[in-house]
Amino acid sequence: MNLSVYLGLLHKAEQTLADSFRQVAKGHGEEPDVHFLCQTLAKQCDEHQRALQPLVDRYGETPEAEPERLHAEGLSETRQGPVGLLRDLQDLYLLASLVDITWGMVKQAGQALRDSEMLAVVDQCDKQTAVQLAWLQSRMRQAAPQALLVAE
Amino acid sequence: MVDRIAEIWGTRTPYGKDGQWPVRVDRKMADGVDADTVDRWFQSACLLCSNGCACDIAVKDGAMVGIRGRADDRVNHGRLGPKGLFGSWQGMSHPDRLTSPLIRRNGKLQECSWDEAMERVVERSRSLLTEKGPLSHGFYTSGQLFLEEYYALAVIGKAGVGTPHMDGNTRLCTATAASSLKESFGADGQPGSYRDIDSCEALFLFGHNMAETQTVLWSRVLDRLAGPDRPALVCVDPRDTDVARHADVHLAINPGTNLALMNSLVRELLHNGWVDEDYVRAHTVGLEELASVVEQWTPEAAGSLCGVDPGLIREAARIFGTTDRVLSTVLQGFYQSSQATASACQVNNLHLLRGMLGNPGRGLLQMNGQPTAQNNRECGADGDLPGFRNWANPEHVQQLASLWNVDPLVIPHWADPTHAMQIFRYAEQGSVKFLWISATNPAVSLPQLSRIRNILAKPELFVVVQDLYLTETAEVADVVLPAAGWGEKTGTFTNVDRTVHLSDKAVEPPGEARSDLDIFLDYSRRMGFTTLDGSPLLDWSGPEDAFEAWKECSRGRPCDYTGITYQLLRGGSGIQWPCTDSPPSGTERLYSDGTFPTEPSYCESYGHDLLTGANVGPVAFKAMAPSGRAILKAADYSPPHEMPDEEYPLRYTTGRTAYQFHTRTKTGRSRQLRAAAPSAWVEMSVSDAEAAGLAEGDIVRVVSRRGELQVPLRIGDVRAGTVFAPFHYGYWDAAAGLGAGSTVSASSAPHTTAANELTITEWDPVSKQPVFKNAAVRIEKISDGDRPAPAPTTTASRPAVVDHQAVPPGRAVPGERAVPPTLGGADAEAEEFIGGEGEPA
Ligand code: SF4
Repeated sequence: MNLSVYLGLLHKAEQTLADSFRQVAKGHGEEPDVHFLCQTLAKQCDEHQRALQPLVDRYGETPEAEPERLHAEGLSETRQGPVGLLRDLQDLYLLASLVDITWGMVKQAGQALRDSEMLAVVDQCDKQTAVQLAWLQSRMRQAAPQALLVAE
Repeated sequence: MVDRIAEIWGTRTPYGKDGQWPVRVDRKMADGVDADTVDRWFQSACLLCSNGCACDIAVKDGAMVGIRGRADDRVNHGRLGPKGLFGSWQGMSHPDRLTSPLIRRNGKLQECSWDEAMERVVERSRSLLTEKGPLSHGFYTSGQLFLEEYYALAVIGKAGVGTPHMDGNTRLCTATAASSLKESFGADGQPGSYRDIDSCEALFLFGHNMAETQTVLWSRVLDRLAGPDRPALVCVDPRDTDVARHADVHLAINPGTNLALMNSLVRELLHNGWVDEDYVRAHTVGLEELASVVEQWTPEAAGSLCGVDPGLIREAARIFGTTDRVLSTVLQGFYQSSQATASACQVNNLHLLRGMLGNPGRGLLQMNGQPTAQNNRECGADGDLPGFRNWANPEHVQQLASLWNVDPLVIPHWADPTHAMQIFRYAEQGSVKFLWISATNPAVSLPQLSRIRNILAKPELFVVVQDLYLTETAEVADVVLPAAGWGEKTGTFTNVDRTVHLSDKAVEPPGEARSDLDIFLDYSRRMGFTTLDGSPLLDWSGPEDAFEAWKECSRGRPCDYTGITYQLLRGGSGIQWPCTDSPPSGTERLYSDGTFPTEPSYCESYGHDLLTGANVGPVAFKAMAPSGRAILKAADYSPPHEMPDEEYPLRYTTGRTAYQFHTRTKTGRSRQLRAAAPSAWVEMSVSDAEAAGLAEGDIVRVVSRRGELQVPLRIGDVRAGTVFAPFHYGYWDAAAGLGAGSTVSASSAPHTTAANELTITEWDPVSKQPVFKNAAVRIEKISDGDRPAPAPTTTASRPAVVDHQAVPPGRAVPGERAVPPTLGGADAEAEEFIGGEGEPA
């Protein structure tokens, strides 16, 4: 069963996203909203990993069996300035999208398995991931015109 | 005669439930002026808090010489508070007033002509628009201009310049009120009425020190409390305010924990079945989500986090849940704290769950801080679209484009408007290069002042300041424009409960000062802003034209003014919007029929996620199918970001005193108010002072990660573990004494008295209101004091009552240094005409 591969992917992706949120929080301390919210959202990702644990216990997590190039790279460092902020938020958006769509796959599997516990976990976590995406999008939209047109 | 410095709220006139609040006309005349001999009285309303007390200004020989409350007005029934009596007209007629435009030459501000000043502004503005475009421009305005002026500014910003970078200092005082109303009800608009105080059976004040922020409103409450059917009073405030002293239940919670308490109160309502289920089913959406968010917040869980007895939370919930008519008010204790919008929304939810909106005594007042904050919001000088229109709704943008006859593409509407803190951030980064500041003093009022001073001092930032006095901000401007103020210009403004008042021009402004409206119109003319057919964008010749134009803009919107005219506002009482042909007399309460402005085509906002501020967007909003139902929004508690630790062990919170307003630009120039609260102090509790070996009046240093204060200490009734500082005390009068020419330069004074030296740069994710009420500090002694702290004894800053029995023998009593009571003496005596008796017509 390849579900374990996807649970492993999800677990890793949440971890990468958490690290990347923390990276951006650290690198953009001059933007207090980004700084504090990225910390909060990183904690959500930690929580998601904990919530996944019972599912991993049940279905396993098989990192060694994973196909090649399954995992996305996190942010190794943050960029500078208004355009740098925009790009970092875009990277977070991509990572969060991967998490979001993976929750979606796991949910489909949970439905086919008629695993109500799995569905409850997905429901709770994926709602938060959707808000993370919405926030990233709101923040990028706010910043884009200034960064692209007038920032130096 | 009553000493109205000593007696802030004046003489009691008790009344019972559903009674008429008795009239009491308060009057104060200038020394030696007999009220019977003045030339004329001009109608106005007080501009020194959001209450909007109607008044008449006495004029003799072309000067303002006194004030009296208007007996017929629905807001104050004749009363005025100390600021209205002593600060309104005196605050305008001080010799320090700016009388000529100033321009910076060789690093110094020098007098110049209006032409020269405006040409400098226009030249800079034009060249930046050409080189960099509209996003190089930012406008930061006030909560103290008139409706007509905000509307002019909003049209200039949106249809002339085309920048989303416009905000007011209303961001600091009232943004959360607006946000919570938009989130819960779909649009801004105060549900309740001041008359709900007359009819309520319980009154909840959430983070609202009404006794000091709106003293006349508190008189109304005191008169109910002294009357036959005393309403129950519940107070949420970490300080022992006058409100707390009268309260049946005082929840003195830790700063930064409001949302945990609110979630618990909502949970108690749900668990005890104190819910109007029919109402909730018919008129709200979101119950399930709300119930799941609050579920973990048992009174025990909230009590231990908030530092209060869970029994008190239960008791407060019981009063809310079982009293037939409850009125709630909310202010800065919630708005300027962490998770502001989420906490304020929970107050809305309490009322929605009980179906308690829009009926006498059953209501809600999300308060404002400033007198004209409401107009700033309506007109869009806070960046929103005028008339509570929705920037994310293309039809609303088109309505404005048609009204102004401009291309809709000119009107910025791609994201939430840029809030004040972000505008300053853009200025810091150098992408905003032109900043026009009107009637506000960010160099004292924004958080983390050393940073704000650095931004304002940036050579590449062109700063225009328009004000009455040479404020700390004006001192660093490139161009200073002298403004005419209250009593020197005509216009309208709207108070907390939607009451619109007219304020007439009573005297000529000093020197060459001009009204803010004239200045904005002049800029628009010189810039050559036009409509699509080439005619001037703003062709108004005066305030009444602006008002008529605004009426058209408000037509069909929640804040409909179309039934109001200057004529109707003259004489009699102020009028509450919405006011159309029907009802022609205005509307006392909103949402009486349980219908809310959440129809997607009509709403002002599709809302935000309360934790992050993410836009909900049209698709998700429509999917909720609110159509006329209110939205029960919720968020879980998360701890404040700066918590006390070993290095900074105390919580720091800021606030105001009854005798001063904002940065004291006006009130600090009134003899009586200045004497009552002359200079800065901080407050801490008896136990903390004891532990630190500090005594009343000691000079202390209060340090945060961002700066330090050096001020005398008041040992007071603030919660243990918390330090309080009033935010009024900047640097314009740092040199002792006051008079023409006595002000030292703000830039040369040591920066150790403004409370915002210590505050953190952080804001609520939804309302973007800065978090002034939560930071971590430490406190250390600099020297022994030789006198008590200059804090008033008549307010929450009163010295702690020390229980001498409790102090072990041989130990010093912390509050020992005798503190003389705050009195105003003969200078502060004002007349009171109870029932209007004896006051000549
Ligand atoms: S309560 Fe407010 S509006 Fe009324 S007199 Fe006092 S400061 Fe002025």
